[in-house]
Amino acid sequence: MADQQREFFYRRLHSLLGVVPIGLFLTQHLFVNHFAVYGEESFNKAAGFMAELPFVILLEIFVIYLPILYHAVLGVYIAFTAKNNTSRFSYFRNWMFRLQRITGIITLIFIVWHVWETRVQVGLGNAEVEYSLMENILTNPFMFWFYLVGIISAVFHFANGLWSFLVSWGITQSPKSQKVATYAVVLVFLVVSYLGVRTLIQFAYGV
Amino acid sequence: MAEQKTVTFIITRQDGPDSAPYEETFEVPYRTNMNVISGLMEIRKNPVNAKGEKTTPVQWDMNCLEEVCGACSMVINGTPRQSCAALVDELETPIRLAPMATFPVVRDLIVDRERMFDALKQVKAWIPIDGTHDLGPGPRMPEKKRQWAYELSKCMTCGVCLEACPNVNDKSDFIGPAAISQARLFNSHPTGDMNKSERLEGLMEDGGVSGCGNSQNCVQVCPKGIPLTTSIAAMNRATNIQAFKNFFGSDNAH
Repeated sequence: MADQQREFFYRRLHSLLGVVPIGLFLTQHLFVNHFAVYGEESFNKAAGFMAELPFVILLEIFVIYLPILYHAVLGVYIAFTAKNNTSRFSYFRNWMFRLQRITGIITLIFIVWHVWETRVQVGLGNAEVEYSLMENILTNPFMFWFYLVGIISAVFHFANGLWSFLVSWGITQSPKSQKVATYAVVLVFLVVSYLGVRTLIQFAYGV
Repeated sequence: MAEQKTVTFIITRQDGPDSAPYEETFEVPYRTNMNVISGLMEIRKNPVNAKGEKTTPVQWDMNCLEEVCGACSMVINGTPRQSCAALVDELETPIRLAPMATFPVVRDLIVDRERMFDALKQVKAWIPIDGTHDLGPGPRMPEKKRQWAYELSKCMTCGVCLEACPNVNDKSDFIGPAAISQARLFNSHPTGDMNKSERLEGLMEDGGVSGCGNSQNCVQVCPKGIPLTTSIAAMNRATNIQAFKNFFGSDNAH
């Protein structure tokens, strides 16, 4: 690879990692957490299974931490090199472009806090991966809303990023296919958001 | 005799590349069917601003006066477009004129679009046919392909898509949509296709196709209706395939 083609490689890697593995992990994470809706025991069993996967620390490092770290660092750079102009050009895609950058920053702040509060505390031996950990966090109304905004931002960023992924990899080329992809990712956004929000309500209100 | 109707122009002016911009208002006598350029010509004839002070004539760039050269692009009432095709009767008054902000201002409404021509060089947007002897006719082009490629050839390097793109700015070296679409045009030509990989390599260089953030403003504002976002997606696909060929090796990587 020629030296002056690094940016191309970095950007393509950024696009790929956003979907595989990060997007898949996000969906899986919210999916498994949804076990909480079926009761405390059900959640503890599911979360326990994930926590006891073989080589879990390696899985975490290579499937979660490193890809997210890379995506976040380059993503912040990308977000701040844009000069948003939705006031002059208020087209739908231009708004999606802007929201993609805003939700990316919100998601980053949320993830840092979320990892500190859960995984790091578990690692330090201050907490256990169980239902009560999330229940204690989310019964605080401020944290409930913080998580709500964080999860919806993350899912929006994933769904809209999936749309851009399809363009960046040259899969959806025609305007028609891009339009169909828009409807498809709206569906992804609604379904994955439902999983996350439903789980939050369970932890916060026990219903 | 009835009182002469006038049109108000509020123009963002700048005396030189390094001086500060300022606004100046002009009252121009109205004529039917006048366009923005004929308004500017009136100001040039009689460079007196709305306060009645004598001032320097407003400078602008123009050439063909029929929306095919791209030279007279400026921001008219907030929208980047060609001033020759902007009819005064169809505009809200006062008419606000400003230079396109993406480009360095030379003077008043004249901007330097050199970065667009540099971008065309980066992606080798031409077909090399010169040699030491007559190479004969090139391969024929299917008529259907010619028809869609013709749409791409309407690009006049006017800069409107770069002005609308949030990723073309002084913090990024993104070349913008126009040159990406031109690479597609020349790659679709049967003779141009022989140097396809060189253009794709250009698109993969820093500031190339990966700088696109899919805001899709370009396709909305293009005065020629060029399917710029289709071109970008097509070049995304082509550069990805080229990158795989380069890395894994292919007899068709040339």
